[in-house]
Amino acid sequence: MQTNVLEYLEKIAPVFPDKTAYANDTDEVTFSQVYSRSKSIGSFLLSKGFEKEPVVVFMAKHPNSIIAFFGAVYAGCCYVPIDEEMPRHRVGLIFDSLKPRAIICDDITWAVVKEFDYSGSVFKYDDICEFEINEKALETVRNAQLDIDPLYIVFTSGSTGVPKGVAACHRSVIDYIEQLSDVLQFDSDTVFGNQTPLYFDACLKELYPTLKFGATTYLIPKNLFMFPIKLVEFLNEKKINTICWVVSALTMISAFKTFDKVIPEHLRLVAFGSEVFPIKQYNLWKKTLPKTRFINLYGPTEATGMSCYYKCDRLFDEGEVIPIGRPFRNTQILLLGDDGQEVREGETGEICIRGTAVTLGYYRNPEKTSESFVQNPLNNAYPEIIYRTGDLGRYNEDHELIFLSRKDYQIKHMGHRIELGEIEAVVNMHDEIKSSCCIFDDDKKRIVLYYVGDVSTKEMAVFLKAKLPRYMIPNVMQQLDTMPHTANGKIDRNHLKKLYKGE
Amino acid sequence: MEELIEILEDLHPEVDFDECDTLIDDKILDSFDIVTIVTEVNEVFDVAIPAEELIPDNFNSAKAIWELIEKLQDE
Repeated sequence: MQTNVLEYLEKIAPVFPDKTAYANDTDEVTFSQVYSRSKSIGSFLLSKGFEKEPVVVFMAKHPNSIIAFFGAVYAGCCYVPIDEEMPRHRVGLIFDSLKPRAIICDDITWAVVKEFDYSGSVFKYDDICEFEINEKALETVRNAQLDIDPLYIVFTSGSTGVPKGVAACHRSVIDYIEQLSDVLQFDSDTVFGNQTPLYFDACLKELYPTLKFGATTYLIPKNLFMFPIKLVEFLNEKKINTICWVVSALTMISAFKTFDKVIPEHLRLVAFGSEVFPIKQYNLWKKTLPKTRFINLYGPTEATGMSCYYKCDRLFDEGEVIPIGRPFRNTQILLLGDDGQEVREGETGEICIRGTAVTLGYYRNPEKTSESFVQNPLNNAYPEIIYRTGDLGRYNEDHELIFLSRKDYQIKHMGHRIELGEIEAVVNMHDEIKSSCCIFDDDKKRIVLYYVGDVSTKEMAVFLKAKLPRYMIPNVMQQLDTMPHTANGKIDRNHLKKLYKGE
Repeated sequence: MEELIEILEDLHPEVDFDECDTLIDDKILDSFDIVTIVTEVNEVFDVAIPAEELIPDNFNSAKAIWELIEKLQDE
């Protein structure tokens, strides 16, 4: 039985040594290069005494960053991908919670790390990727590794203003990759066009099936997602046949009538998720590519990538919702009511997930972990952890799961999961701010910030950009004289929503 | 042009749109901004920007976007 994700790489490297594994618009690495370089990096880390601890990979999105991930795993460590464009403040918060002793950088981030108050070791990828491989040391580490050891930690928005690190183990990822591959039907001819950032679990869909099948993944340059015709031309040029993208990247193409000019010629599979697909845009895709399979995916980071899938085999009417369908094999969905019991068929409940895919929890954060990783309330016989997503769902007449809404103030924006509370927490850090509140305009997909305090919107924008990732910056900012409150003293979000719509 | 600058300043109040000519090259605008700009331009100026005009050169400065709008209005 497979117990380590690196076994995928070790099996495939001798089969397709010279085939391209990962590439972008200019660079590419073969399976044998991935294999030898990640072993070099692993050997290097071990020689410096790093083992069984988080190793931060702070590099621009590039095939080399993926090699650095596997290098950390060869040393028995878990990798922590950090976005090179992430504001310093946020990287600082992540370092505070991780206390990493080692960071792998590229030439550009090398200079950035120097600006941090960081006393650990920093290594340049280019300096360590050809280090002499120490087979014996790697083998010793591997023999001591278990499939319940963490593989990666990725950070997600936290409502208190501090990002939470979700730690996932080898076993969860192997389970996910096996079940996902079964449904999505990848093979060695699969050519992935990756859109999602490498610092989230979303990229698992491409990184690991590439190793499992000897497929190829192109990391698509981010700025192509602003220019739809160029983007489709890139897909055609690279003969990309499989894309797993956030919905906003797909609607960008269809909404601009790109298909009148150019059509993706090779796509066999379009998997999408993280957001609701507007039916009009979905139908445009489906009609343009009648032979392509379309699959809706749903799942939280805390349950390793995706948990549910729905094969879209038809057009939908306006007003219909594309179901999230059913869980992958070896995952179960429980719909729990407020009483902790399963709701009746057709009733609304909180989507809770049980299975091997449930991750280890939030790194060094037992408090937040115990809030949502809980004992299965239906089982009082032995310990069994389920993950409470905070998403509300119900089954339709065909027993397909439908996502309805959130229980709290978490939103999905440009494919990113955001706690409005995190934005507010950062706004409130400004000395002049007396009160603040964020609402989300679901129709136009805009984050709207209201605040009370003597700060111009310009100043506020500059302040926030230094502290929050780009996708969390409010799209509309408005200063108020006083914040509206409800009778029991809470900020009146409904009033703000009315105020916003009345503009 | 003023109305266009207003649209842009709503998105990025801290940017000097009269001067900046590297909006795309320096990653100041992202795909969300482009979608918003195209939608707002459609509403305010009644101009639909077609996909083939969505290229970096047309969005690197406020002036370039304005020239694109004028060109499309003339057509």
